[in-house]
Amino acid sequence: MRYEAPQSVEAAVDLLAGAEGAFVLAGGTDLLVKLRSEMLEPDLVVDIKRIAGMKEITPEDGGWRIGAAVSGAEMGEHAGLVADWPGVVEAAGLIGSTQVQGRATLAGNLCNASPAADSVPAMVAANATVRIVGPQGTRDIAVIDVPESPGKTTLAPGEFIASVFLPAKPKQGGDAYLRFIPRTEMDIAVVGCGVSLVLDSAGKVTSARVSLGAVGPKVMLVEAAAEAILGRALDDSALEDLAAACSAAASPIEDKRGTVDFRRHVAGVLARRAAEIAATRAKGETA
Amino acid sequence: MSQIHVTTSINGDATEFLCEAEDTLLDVLRDRLGMTGSKEGCGTGDCGACSVTVDGRLVCSCLMLGAEAEGREVTTIEGMATGDRLHPLQEKFIEMAALQCGICTPGILVAAKSLLEKNPDPSEEEVRYWLAGNLCRCTGYDKIIRAVMDTAADLRRAS
Ligand SMILES: Cc1cc2nc3c(=O)[nH]c(=O)nc-3n(C[C@H](O)[C@H](O)[C@H](O)COP(=O)(O)OP(=O)(O)OC[C@H]3O[C@@H](n4cnc5c(N)ncnc54)[C@H](O)[C@@H]3O)c2cc1C
Ligand code: FES
Ligand code: FES
Repeated sequence: MRYEAPQSVEAAVDLLAGAEGAFVLAGGTDLLVKLRSEMLEPDLVVDIKRIAGMKEITPEDGGWRIGAAVSGAEMGEHAGLVADWPGVVEAAGLIGSTQVQGRATLAGNLCNASPAADSVPAMVAANATVRIVGPQGTRDIAVIDVPESPGKTTLAPGEFIASVFLPAKPKQGGDAYLRFIPRTEMDIAVVGCGVSLVLDSAGKVTSARVSLGAVGPKVMLVEAAAEAILGRALDDSALEDLAAACSAAASPIEDKRGTVDFRRHVAGVLARRAAEIAATRAKGETA
Repeated sequence: MSQIHVTTSINGDATEFLCEAEDTLLDVLRDRLGMTGSKEGCGTGDCGACSVTVDGRLVCSCLMLGAEAEGREVTTIEGMATGDRLHPLQEKFIEMAALQCGICTPGILVAAKSLLEKNPDPSEEEVRYWLAGNLCRCTGYDKIIRAVMDTAADLRRAS
């Protein structure tokens, strides 16, 4: 195996495009585990952390551009980001321990392409995009279009994610992410749910995005769940309909951590709770 | 394949080493530099016995390549005591018997020190969450948490 730490995007693209079996190294919290267990035997590892800008969080068009090497811990320490997208920051903050937080990145969580990746439903709910660089130049795509199937992304050879963009937080908007795990820390989501919504002055939902993780081969945007609450105040009956839409959309597997029925039920419960938190935040209150 | 030459700082000392691209920072510390204080409990980021700080950030040295240490500032358990004088956390762990076999202890001390530098007055819940990535098979955690809380109180009184 060869290790390279290029200083420019161009040099990184050249390296990645020039070698079969080349892997990007961001925080390494997935990659190193796979290296150790010989699940992967890369010829080349390209460390992107020395490329200018990769460690920066910068304001852009009222939103935030987050470099691909920014860790979960760094996101949690960024007051502006926490104020605008608390759900995304909390989702990233759920990844692993303090030690893992010191290294794990959003783009790594996304490109590892686990159906249970915690930050991904939150980014999808927030309508986040990624900037992809590669031999063909630069393109921006929605986060939801990155995962293809478990462990696989839609990125072409030689491409990598340079940054994640969280759009301007809508006025009277709020977001939240919740997951269910059998323990209180350090576990993989059995179900994850992200909600981002906007309320009008009467407290009615004017737009919403609801996403589910870990209940299908990849993250899903549940449009029926958003439609269920559109134009309505988040009273019991609206929340009930939201939960029912999420339970119906979930198509989980059955394993020792949860039956299909249990996961479906939890998808609805989490959606309901996440929507309540997002609504509280949309009203400018803390939750 | 030729080895990688890395120049870094470990516990404040300028250090150079040669390593393979596959070597983790933990491999380098233990096998190339003879610093065996950091332990390998799992090698997969779960146990925290390999905890070190890199540029002030707490990380698992088993989940970082040695080559990544180029130009960074690494601190390990070996840098915790000043000469013969133990760090207050180390003294408290002995006094309160917050260890049995001791394999988790270096990682827990490094992690706890990093917490107290960031937050001198943590709640018990904050200590438990901060140390959630440090597993201990012996103590049941209670003595560890109390030793960290006690040290924090001592340090606050002293400052
Ligand atoms: C103890 C432990 C606990 C964990 N707990 C959780 C958890 O609770 N929830 C959760 O979701 N995950 C968890 N993880 C998994 C992991 O920490 C996350 O997926 C993390 O976000 C990965 O980010 P990274 O920067 O470390 O990725 P890396 O390991 O550097 O990379 C992961 C994959 O993505 C590719 N990649 C990385 N960056 C890019 C890029 N910019 N462009 C293209 N490809 C890229 C790499 O080549 C690799 O294939 C845990 C891991 C450990 C070790
Ligand atoms: S050896 Fe690194 S976390 Fe267990
Ligand atoms: S003292 Fe034995 S593992 Fe903690």
